[in-house]
Amino acid sequence: MKFFLSILLALLWSSTTVYAQQKQDSQFNRMMKDSFRSQGIAGLDRIVQDATQRFCSDPKFASSPAGLKKSEELQKLNMATIAPPSDGQYLGDWKNGEAIAQSGRGDTWSDSASTPNGGGCYNCHQINQKEIAYGNIGPSLWNYGKNRGYSQEVVSYTWNRISNSKAYNACSNMPRFAHFKILDQKQIQDLMALLLDPASPVNQ
Amino acid sequence: MSNLLAKKMKWISVLALMCWSLQAFSQSTADDIAKYREMIADGNPSELYEMAGEELWKKPAGPKNASLEKCNLGLGPGVVDGAAAQLPRYFKDTNRVQDLESRLMTCMETLQGISLQSIIDAKFGEGPKKEMDAIVAYVVTHSKGKKVQVSISHPQEKAMYEMGKQAFYFEAGPFDFSCASCHGSDGKRIRLQDLPNLTTREGAIAGWGSWPAYRVSSGQFWTMQQRLNDCFRQQRFPFPIYGSDVTIALSMYMAKNANGGIIQTPGLKR
Ligand code: HEC
Ligand code: HEC
Repeated sequence: MKFFLSILLALLWSSTTVYAQQKQDSQFNRMMKDSFRSQGIAGLDRIVQDATQRFCSDPKFASSPAGLKKSEELQKLNMATIAPPSDGQYLGDWKNGEAIAQSGRGDTWSDSASTPNGGGCYNCHQINQKEIAYGNIGPSLWNYGKNRGYSQEVVSYTWNRISNSKAYNACSNMPRFAHFKILDQKQIQDLMALLLDPASPVNQ
Repeated sequence: MSNLLAKKMKWISVLALMCWSLQAFSQSTADDIAKYREMIADGNPSELYEMAGEELWKKPAGPKNASLEKCNLGLGPGVVDGAAAQLPRYFKDTNRVQDLESRLMTCMETLQGISLQSIIDAKFGEGPKKEMDAIVAYVVTHSKGKKVQVSISHPQEKAMYEMGKQAFYFEAGPFDFSCASCHGSDGKRIRLQDLPNLTTREGAIAGWGSWPAYRVSSGQFWTMQQRLNDCFRQQRFPFPIYGSDVTIALSMYMAKNANGGIIQTPGLKR
């Protein structure tokens, strides 16, 4: 009953607001189209959204009951994009991983296509406690493996998280590092080692 | 002029001190900034820009050899006092909502005959944009201590506000970022840089109300257009055209959220 009522309400709401919404959207789209130009590696294709981005740009809808249902669908879509490591190796070298986590460069119009991208992980996460210049948009990853253990379940969850965080949370604030090829497989293996190698300083 | 020179000398020594302390205490940005603020308690290096801007405002220039003294920033021709506090706003003559910089461009074009494109195309801090920096510093200093007071009563102002809000949450690009990714909740930092929550009144006052600002790290005066430009760069978006509607819409969104807050421009930033 509650379900039907909410459908009815949604229909009523959409029929009255749909016209105003369309008008505003076309004005908005025109503004976005006219307001940017390409520069260096940052082309205009970057403001063309995929389905997940479009969904997350409307936080009011995204947190509605209909939005929650849609977010499950999108998470499945994102999960389907994740590939396990082609050589079966999940863990690389934590020392390289630390350097990748430190570097925040890559993909801006002032970067060139040939310089390797970083993960910028410290922008958002505490990782090695020794680095005190860390951001807090994401949770602390200090003692990541020590706290969670090193099971295959933890290992593949972490691989998936770094590859495509929106597989777990459609509107995650964390970039989809493998999905948009920000990082390559080797770099992700090295970051995995930073978090999940028992010898990594993160797990001391 | 000798006054200007004396001020210049003062800032040069302050800046030298800053550089030294930046190296010595670079562990904490917040501490550093507090130190700089203390050191330069009676002002900030924007004063140099402001003084240059006042000269540029009054000096005849451009193909029409006219000054900007008849420029209407919304409170009548030539009125600078409090003008920045009520921008962006709708202007009848251009039939557009304009922020301070796009409005100044209009004045430079109509009064002085300077080509818009030459301003749009200039690099930040160079050529006509360097002059723009100074003029902006001059104008915003005359709103220091006043309250942000933008209106959304004109339909175009209301539409700009709504589109600014939509742009704020518009997520795209290879990093999936929107403005809200970095400025959408309280108490967030990137590395050690505090990120104001621009969706709240308090955060919008802190963010909108303290720009344009002098940036210690780059030793440059940055206008709001340049601030937004660098945030779009970090957002991995394409390049926002100088004075384009998306920049004005976002400014309208932030300014409206900050309404009633005290303006502290030019600010002093990392
Ligand atoms: C712009 C912010 C941002 C960046 C950059 C970022 N993350 Fe995250 N990360 C988050 C957020 C926010 C979460 C919390 C989960 C969510 O919101 O979906 C998270 C969650 C995680 C988790 C899961 C933690 C848990 O307890 O389940 C891991 C692992 C992780 N991040 C690793 C990384 C690595 C490695 C990098 C760099 C390659 C990185 N993150 C870069 C924001 C970020
Ligand atoms: C990837 C992160 C990121 C994104 C996305 C981002 N910003 Fe920022 N923003 C920052 C950082 C970092 C600073 C502080 C810079 C500093 O301290 O030098 C900042 C500063 C600001 C400030 C000045 C705040 C103050 O108190 O000094 C404003 C205003 C602002 N951003 C607006 C925006 C808007 C509007 C957008 C979207 C178009 C946006 N930002 C997108 C990272 C971001």
